[in-house]
Amino acid sequence: MDRTRQPVLRRMRRQWQLQSMVIPGIFWMLIFCYLPMFWLIIGFMDYSIAKPMLQSPFVGLKHFEAFASDDRFWRSIRNTLGMSAIKLGLGFVIPILFALLLNEIRSLRFKRSVQTISYLPHFIAWTIFGGIALNWLGEGGVVNQVMIGLGLQEREILYNSDPVYFWWIVFFTDVLKETGWSAIIYIAAIAGIDPALYEAAELDGAGRWQRMWHITVQSIRPTIAILFILAVSGMLGSNFEQIFMLQNNMNLRMAESLDLYIYNMGLVSGRHSFSTAVLFARSIVALGLLLLANYTSRRLTGDSIF
Amino acid sequence: MPLRARRRRIGAFTIGNTVLMLTVCFFTLYPMWFVLVNSFNASEHAILGTVNWWPKAWSLDSYRVAFNDPHLMNGFFITTMRTVIGTTAHVLFTAIVAYGMSKRQLIGRRVYMKIALITMLFSGGLIPTFILMTKLGLYDSFWVFIIPAMYTFFNMVIFMSFFRTIPESLEESAKVDGASDYGVLFRIVLPNSMAVLATIALFSAVYHWNDYYQGVIYIRSQDQLPLQTMLYKIIAENAMSFMQQQAMAQFGARLPGNSIKFASMMVATVPILLFYPFIQRYLVKGVMIGAIKG
Repeated sequence: MDRTRQPVLRRMRRQWQLQSMVIPGIFWMLIFCYLPMFWLIIGFMDYSIAKPMLQSPFVGLKHFEAFASDDRFWRSIRNTLGMSAIKLGLGFVIPILFALLLNEIRSLRFKRSVQTISYLPHFIAWTIFGGIALNWLGEGGVVNQVMIGLGLQEREILYNSDPVYFWWIVFFTDVLKETGWSAIIYIAAIAGIDPALYEAAELDGAGRWQRMWHITVQSIRPTIAILFILAVSGMLGSNFEQIFMLQNNMNLRMAESLDLYIYNMGLVSGRHSFSTAVLFARSIVALGLLLLANYTSRRLTGDSIF
Repeated sequence: MPLRARRRRIGAFTIGNTVLMLTVCFFTLYPMWFVLVNSFNASEHAILGTVNWWPKAWSLDSYRVAFNDPHLMNGFFITTMRTVIGTTAHVLFTAIVAYGMSKRQLIGRRVYMKIALITMLFSGGLIPTFILMTKLGLYDSFWVFIIPAMYTFFNMVIFMSFFRTIPESLEESAKVDGASDYGVLFRIVLPNSMAVLATIALFSAVYHWNDYYQGVIYIRSQDQLPLQTMLYKIIAENAMSFMQQQAMAQFGARLPGNSIKFASMMVATVPILLFYPFIQRYLVKGVMIGAIKG
């Protein structure tokens, strides 16, 4: 009782060693996380990087109006949502399927080897992986050779520069690189299922597919729900390292995602305030999406993050 | 009965599934094999990315060019320094903060945790961060790789929850012997946390080794560019000028530009490929810890 009455500062001094461990971290966060948040207000200013921030004039919603009437902004929204929709609609189930099928492999050694190999590409840099993709998709590349060899197309197609293919290239390269890695969480969740459940189901005469569906999938449902919430709330984001690597002047029409638009406007064209206004609007919508996805998931499945 | 049941199960499904898994492995490994083969391929076959399994004509010329390129070697050096210093800084800084945070008697712990948590929900994003780096004098500086990457909330939480599993009695007995908090951390806690230290160090090292984006955004001088940013420029912007000129002078048209590209890619990937078999267990363990906490 007595100790709590002592002034906070005096008590803190008594544990100065512990405090001196944490306070540099708090300082780091204030500088590298909170200062940028504070700097978001330049979205409401005509900011010039050469001057101190507060000397820049406030211009209200000028930049918000400017991007809202920019066709290129809406194009980037379309591209972002398009790529996210493919990733979510088709891509989300792929790691789950992979985990389920891998789980059916009986030989432990084979299973482990496949798993180890499957997450190797996750550790290869996008420069390398994207470089291979660009080479394969280019003129005379592997893809063209295989397609022509199989008689699926007659002439060479410049997949790497034709905008029509861009969203699918992003999807396929992402699947190739990340499926194994994304499956780890599901594999871990599957490993935690009580084997007695399977034995009971087998005694009840459940077949392989029935066990997969009624036991495995149902048991990992909370994991699926959480990852789905995160995926939905990340819909306005994109994998910048991937898209930046694969885009070029010829496919920009379909390649410029919101992230890339912010980069091109803000850092390439130097319109700092304009891009920051876009960032500001996006982070508010993203937070809204997170809350919405969380609420929906809790309503439908009873599983949620918070 | 059980034996017969198992026999019967090696049916169409098992075969199909095994074939499918082998296909996955093939599509995973072949791209790397392709790069390896073509980096040794000195013939015109490497000009076009022909499907092949083995070099048509063996040659180390492209590696000679890559290793003789002072820019590329400087990039290799920057990346190595960045990986070593950046990983050390990240692990030490994050672990120390996490140890302080793991103590329930820490005054202000709730406030500190809130400050840390909010960074997960909001962030300034690219442009404000860029302005901050410029104002801090980190633009075009080596330290832009190190200081902003010293801490992540995610790894702090992993450390924190691991430190909590270390028996209190171990720390108490050291305290009775007169050890300070720092003494306990460095002599008792960290030596007992080798698994989690290795995991986080590996994640950090892989990040530092593979990242090209920071270099694109923050680095202007050629002699500060990390290897991956250089590769980005070689591959995406086709900025082969220097290496290609050198190669032309040395080998004539015999050595195609692509095989130099592939050799540079191998140089940048071999360290990962070499360590991968040994480190992958730790990496997976790290995801599991993260998944349980998250």
